[in-house]
Amino acid sequence: MSTLSISGLNVHFSTEAGSLHALKDVTFDVPERRIVGIVGESGCGKSTLINAILGLLSDNGEVRSGQILFEGDQDLARLSRGQMQDLRGPRIATVFQDPMGALNPVLSVGRQMINIQYRSPQSRAAKAARAVEMLKLVRIPDAESALGRYPHQFSGGMKQRIAIAMALMMEPALLIADEPTTALDATLEVTTIELLKDLQATIGCSVMFISHHLGVIAELCDDVVVMYAGEVVERGTVRDVFRAPAHPYTRRLLECDPARQSRRTRVLPTIPGEIPDLRQRPRGCVFAPRCLERHAGCDTPQVEHALAGDHRARCNLAPARSPAAVPP
Amino acid sequence: MLNYAVKRLGLSVAIVSLAMFLLFCMIYLVPGDPASVALGPRATEAMKEAMRVRMGLDQPVWVQFWNFFTGAWTGDLGEEVLSGRPVLDVVLEQLPYTLVLIAGGISWSVALGIPLGCWAAINRGSFADRLVGILSVAVIAVPSFVVAIYALLIFAVTLQWLPAIGAGEPGDVGDQLVHLILPSLAVGLGWVGYIARMVRASMLEVLEASHIRTARAFGLPERLITYRYALTIAILPTITLLGIGIGQMLSSAVFAEIVFARPGVGKLVYDAILTRNFPLVTGAVLVTTVIFVLLNLIADLIVGALDPRVRSSF
Ligand SMILES: Nc1ncnc2c1ncn2[C@@H]1O[C@H](COP(=O)(O)OP(=O)(O)OP(=O)(O)O)[C@@H](O)[C@H]1O
Ligand SMILES: [Mg+2]
Repeated sequence: MSTLSISGLNVHFSTEAGSLHALKDVTFDVPERRIVGIVGESGCGKSTLINAILGLLSDNGEVRSGQILFEGDQDLARLSRGQMQDLRGPRIATVFQDPMGALNPVLSVGRQMINIQYRSPQSRAAKAARAVEMLKLVRIPDAESALGRYPHQFSGGMKQRIAIAMALMMEPALLIADEPTTALDATLEVTTIELLKDLQATIGCSVMFISHHLGVIAELCDDVVVMYAGEVVERGTVRDVFRAPAHPYTRRLLECDPARQSRRTRVLPTIPGEIPDLRQRPRGCVFAPRCLERHAGCDTPQVEHALAGDHRARCNLAPARSPAAVPP
Repeated sequence: MLNYAVKRLGLSVAIVSLAMFLLFCMIYLVPGDPASVALGPRATEAMKEAMRVRMGLDQPVWVQFWNFFTGAWTGDLGEEVLSGRPVLDVVLEQLPYTLVLIAGGISWSVALGIPLGCWAAINRGSFADRLVGILSVAVIAVPSFVVAIYALLIFAVTLQWLPAIGAGEPGDVGDQLVHLILPSLAVGLGWVGYIARMVRASMLEVLEASHIRTARAFGLPERLITYRYALTIAILPTITLLGIGIGQMLSSAVFAEIVFARPGVGKLVYDAILTRNFPLVTGAVLVTTVIFVLLNLIADLIVGALDPRVRSSF
């Protein structure tokens, strides 16, 4: 059973200039105890995807169709506000991108860590002890006194580790991490990634890890989902996708300056052109205007083709290029 | 926190000293001989000369300033012209009335402004939000003496719900409170608008912050998020604004005290100007300055107590 199984998810935003189709037919799984990386350039809908899962889409956003099955039985797209709120925190925990702003500036760290355990019947002292235990786990020095301190008294890396401690304190089934290391410097990034991997193994949760950084994905993740303009263009195990990328977009990403990638680039390699206007999606392939391998099939709707194993790519050319292709 | 408080207090002392210096310059530079003014037109030259010596006007400027400065810091603001009583005593007698009036004005503005601004922010874009927006601008635009006069005409004269003049029976708190309602409304109504707008704007900003998103992602109850996580931050600039606004409320208090014939420092200054009782004017202005600086200090200390970032930046 997968911890999270998203199928045919469509999210629209209503804007003054018309309806914006931000996520189109998004389908992928986060299998139990696995780390799934989501990669894609800015504006491709990674944060929208997270917000849709968490039920925190802004007021002008709407899940038009699709299923977000959590632990096989609950469809997050159909849960009531209250039910959703009960899942957020204890079952699905999130670490957001911005470590500087992720903690409330006027409440002490201890207060915030105790507050998020508000559902627990335990005493305040027990909750504080639990918080200290978690802070020790993420290697915050002097964890007892850290409870009484305020966010501005910690460094960026420490704040990010505190945010991770808060997220894992509830022992969630699913941890969502939205570019948790982008704001950190390279050495901190390595330690944070290693910490995350250790903790994931200890707690045994599944992880959805969003990153701009192909090197980090390759190192940390088991599976990878490549997104472009609100669509999943390719997904599979990191091994399959990185060794034999089947979608031209993935290939471009991997080809772009491989030397820089091995040196842990902080930004996704840039490829010429821009994401199309999501208000007017083309009938054919969304990537076609920037694609170097254009062909006649680009103008027809693209379907997701199954390749070897769980490897899938949304390009009509994919089966022909891949020797192990299975007909759809 | 103590460190912050001590430094902030030092700053206040410096501000009051500067105010004293400016006030001294003003008295010194104003044309006319204070001794002649004090004695009136029928004084002889000898009397004026004696008065000058008594007032220390024959001394060099810097000695005069030093005497004024040390006198003022030790509470010696001179004697008022008419009765010869110490100015400080006369001002302190009236001060409680004005302080209560200002406190009433702040109460109105906080009790109405914060909930309205918060409510408007939560229901952003709704009819209620727009209504609060329009009403805020309206009450800000109306000068406080107009509010005072209309409040008097409507609630005291026409409807006769509330008393029109005075500060109430001494010793009868209930009666004094009833007498406070209209004057304090005149002082505070504009501030209801300022504060509602301020709280709405900063609340909207805070609700967008990523720590609020984090709080939601932990499934914290929306009420806890709104009041404990967001509003605590959103009211910080409001407290500072109120501290500064007390200056404006003090000047509104002058109108309110005159219109409602209430005792108070404003009324005192007004009467003192009419009778050319200049030492009293100076003394009252100085005391008012000290009050303003003190209330600002309190506002900053409250912000310091609520915001750990402010505490440690000092
Ligand atoms: N509230 C909204 N209203 C209208 N459009 C929105 C809204 N939120 C997101 N979008 C649009 O949806 C698309 C996806 O945005 P999203 O923030 O999910 O991208 P992202 O992949 O997270 O980018 P980044 O890497 O920069 O964080 C963008 O085109 C964006 O303009
Ligand atoms: Mg994003």
